[in-house]
This record gives sequence, structure tokens and C-alpha cells, in this order.
Amino acid sequence: MPENIRRSAVITGGWLLGLIWALPILYALWAAFHPSAYTTDFDLKAPLTLHNFARAWVAAPFARYFLNTVILVIGIMVAQFVICTLAAFALARWPFRGSGILFGLILVQLMVTPDVLIVENYQTLHMLGLIDTLTGIGIPYVASAFGIFLLRQAFKTIPKELDDAARIEGATTLQTILRVYLPLARPVYVAYGLVSISYHWNNFLWPLIVTNSVSARPLTVGLQVFASVDQGIDWSVICAAALMTSAPLMILFLVFQRAFIQSFLRAGIR
Amino acid sequence: MATRTARRLNMHVQGWLLVLPAVVLLAAFTHVPVVETFIGSIFSTPQAGHPAHFIGIQRYGDMAADPIFWQALTNNLLYALITVPVSIGLALAMAIWVSGRIPGRALLRLAFFMPTILPMIAAANIWLFFYTPGYGLLDQVAHLFGFGSTNWLGDTSTALPSLMAVTIWKESGFFMIFFLAALQQVPPDLYEAARIENATRWQVFARITWPLVMPTTLFVAINALINAFRIVDQVIAMTGGGPNNATSLLLFYIYQVAFSFWDTGYAAALSTVLLIVLAVVALGQFFLLDRRIHYR
Repeated sequence: MPENIRRSAVITGGWLLGLIWALPILYALWAAFHPSAYTTDFDLKAPLTLHNFARAWVAAPFARYFLNTVILVIGIMVAQFVICTLAAFALARWPFRGSGILFGLILVQLMVTPDVLIVENYQTLHMLGLIDTLTGIGIPYVASAFGIFLLRQAFKTIPKELDDAARIEGATTLQTILRVYLPLARPVYVAYGLVSISYHWNNFLWPLIVTNSVSARPLTVGLQVFASVDQGIDWSVICAAALMTSAPLMILFLVFQRAFIQSFLRAGIR
Repeated sequence: MATRTARRLNMHVQGWLLVLPAVVLLAAFTHVPVVETFIGSIFSTPQAGHPAHFIGIQRYGDMAADPIFWQALTNNLLYALITVPVSIGLALAMAIWVSGRIPGRALLRLAFFMPTILPMIAAANIWLFFYTPGYGLLDQVAHLFGFGSTNWLGDTSTALPSLMAVTIWKESGFFMIFFLAALQQVPPDLYEAARIENATRWQVFARITWPLVMPTTLFVAINALINAFRIVDQVIAMTGGGPNNATSLLLFYIYQVAFSFWDTGYAAALSTVLLIVLAVVALGQFFLLDRRIHYR
């Protein structure tokens, strides 16, 4: 076979796979932006409409779900930044007894994530009176082994001299962290933040177990309740709701594509 | 001398104070629950007037006689053994396509990666529509080729593979980015040398690309394996474990036993098994990755 034919075969194969991969999302877009009558009728002259989104929006308290998810995702991220920064700083730069063993124990959480321990963690939350609260959804994830590991790596690459210089000028430990470590590790915080946001925006099992009312339910759980109970089988409305709940993340991704991919790469290498 | 000791002590105390919030939370939601899960599995569940008492391995005996447990375990192993290699193979192919000179590569990369960003619950609902018997896209395509309708998620023989397809669709693009990074590390003069020697595409892949991305493949495989044993979202959203437990997976069965049947003791025993599976994978990672594969 001549080389140019082989090359076109390879290119065609790539695009065919790409098309198959894009199909479910394109199909959902089609269904969501056209009247129900055209859900499976691919008439290019079919009228466009936002009616399905409007129907989904009023059929379930999506506004509340959005608010819950946004508060949850930002709350978890901020709390993770604070707690993981302190721990990572101590493990990277503070020689204290038992730090080696402690680090090993922390890494256990990379494997045993809180969603594997739903039975016991649910009982703990019950004891703390945190069932059906946003705090309850977030608290098991706040001390993240992954965050501690990532920030510790980053802090270790920061020259010790900068740290010493800050201390000679009379900075306290917290001031040193804020003035030296935080700014220099900024890219790592961005990466970790993006990974954390997308993880918790998508997280489902734990919020499903912990919540039982609209007041704390995040988008994923809200969408599931909506699709399984509130709605008959109007696929155009369900597709609209599915796209609506993913839209902020997808837009965030499209805008920060490079940063996102870099973050996932950084995050994957644990 | 005394002040120096005091200062030393102060240093250790300060170190522990810095890690204290993280340690307390990690212990409360990871380490203590692991121990409690095991203890909960060998003690009876306390009820009003009946404190917990030791029952030994009774629940594990029940588990060995529980056909649904065996089905969930088998399903999960099958799920891992099929989705992990297929996703990795596709991810590597995607990475090679996207890193080559293919027209519209940015768009192609986006098509491959987009499913990763979508929440699994949203993806599951879109795929539900895809799989709808008679009406969904899959059956419409089947009709074009003269096939009848298939109840993809309602038939015990097609339900699990249908869920696997969703997982493969969603994960391949994620793994692709790791291979993309690995491919960038391959020295270009190796490809140059292969070109001079008139090597075929297959030879280039088998002799250069595949051995050099091997560490990435291992790393991705381990992570994919861990994920495969924590899959639950699409089961809840698409099949509820049915039909007839054909799509029940370990974590889903734990969820069902704990929160639908409210048998926390049995759920604890099942969780212990899941923890052991995860520990085995972790040990595998330790030994495999520590042996390190060198090709230079």
C-alpha cells in the first residue's frame, strides 16, 4: 500500500474515533436545543429553542442546587488550601519527631478515599449532627492526602535561603508561609484548585448518602433525583438538565484548557 | 543547656501543631473508620438493650454463601479486566493520533477529552437516552442496518458491557493526557533514526513508542484499577444494579446493603473485603513501580 493512502487511512481512523467520542455530547446538545418533537428527528431545519432549559429550571430547584454546589466546591477548596498548606509546610520544612511515619500514614488516604468508608463515615457524621449539611458533605475531604503530598513536593523545591531571609527580618512562621511559600507555589495551588473543583463538582455517592433534602443537595444529586423521579421520560428536558449542570465546568475548561490539562497531569503523578 | 532542650521540644510541639488539623481530620475520616469497619464486621450490630457482642467470622461465612456478593465481585473483576486494558489501549491510540500531524488536532483532542470533564451523573443520563430501546440513537442506528431493538440495560447479557462502554468513553480521554506527556519525552532523534532505517509504523510503535511509554502505562493501569473498584455512580444512575444484579459492583452492593437494607454489620464485612482488594492493588503498585522499568 502506498504511504499516502496509509496516511489517509490513519487520519480517517482518528477522526472516526473522535466522531464516536463526540457523538453522545452532540446528541445531548441536539436534543436539548430542539423541541421534543425533533428529539430523534435529525432535520437540520428544526427550530432551535431554549424551552427545554426553561422547563428543567422550573421543574426542580436547580437554582438552589447550583448555589449549594458553588458554596460546597469553594468551601472545600479554601479549607483544603489552609489545612494542607500547614501540614505540607511542616512535613517539608519542619524537622519534628515522627514526621516520616506520619507522612506514610497520610498517604494511605490516596488509596482509601472517604467514599469507600461510607458506612462508618455516615455514622460519624450522624454523631456530629452533620447529616444533610454542606459541612457534612465536605468535611471528610478537607484534609486531603493528595493536597498535602502535592504542596509538600512544591515547598521542598523552594530554596531554604528565602525562608531564612524572611525569618532574619523577624517574620513568624505564618508570615513566612504567606510571604514566601504561597506566592512561589502559586502554579501548584492553581493546579490543585482546578482538580479539587472538578472532583467535587462531579462527586456523587457521598453527597447522595449525606443529603436528604433540597437545602444541602448539590447539583449531581439534584440531577439524579430530577431525572429519576420528577420527570417522565422527556429526554429533551433531561438532556437540557444534564448539560446545564455540567455547563459551568465545561466553560471553565474551555477557557482554561491548557491549565486544566496541566493540572490533571500534575495531579495524576502522585 | 536547659533552654536548648526546651527550644528543641518547642520545635517538635510546633511541628505537630501545624499538622494537627490535618491529622485529626484524616484520622477521623480515614484511619479510625478503617479500624472500625473491621471491628464492626466481627461484632453484632448493637440494638436497644442488646450491646454489641463478638460474633467472629460469622458474617464472612454468610458472605461466602451469598450469591449476590459473588456476582458483584465477579462483575467488578470483569469490569476491571475489560475496561482498564481497553481504556489504556484507546488512550494510547488517541495520544498518538493527537500528537501526530493530523488536521484539526486541537478539535480532536477536545473531542477525546470532553467526556472527562462531564460529571458522571450527567454522562450517565445522556447515555441512558442513547440506550433507550427502540427510541435511542443506538437502536436507531441498528434499525438502519436492519437489526431489531435491544433492551441494552434491561438484558442481563448486555447490561454490564453497556455500563463498561460508558466508563471507557469517560476515562480514555483522561488517560490520553498522560500518554501525551509521555510521548513528548521521547527523544525525536529516535524517530529520526527509525525513519532513516525505513521502519514501518508498526515497528516504530513496537520498538520505540511502546517500551518508552511503559512506565506511564503501568502508572495509568494502577490508577485505573483502583478506580475500577470504586465505580458506583453510573450503576446508581443507569441500572440500580439490575437486571437481576447483573450490574451490581462491590461499592454499589455495599451502598445497597448499608443504605437500602440497613444491614450495617454486613456492609462493614463487605467494606473490609473492598479494603483488602484496594490494599492488594496498592502492594502491587509498590512492587511493580519500585522495580522500575528501565530501557536505557
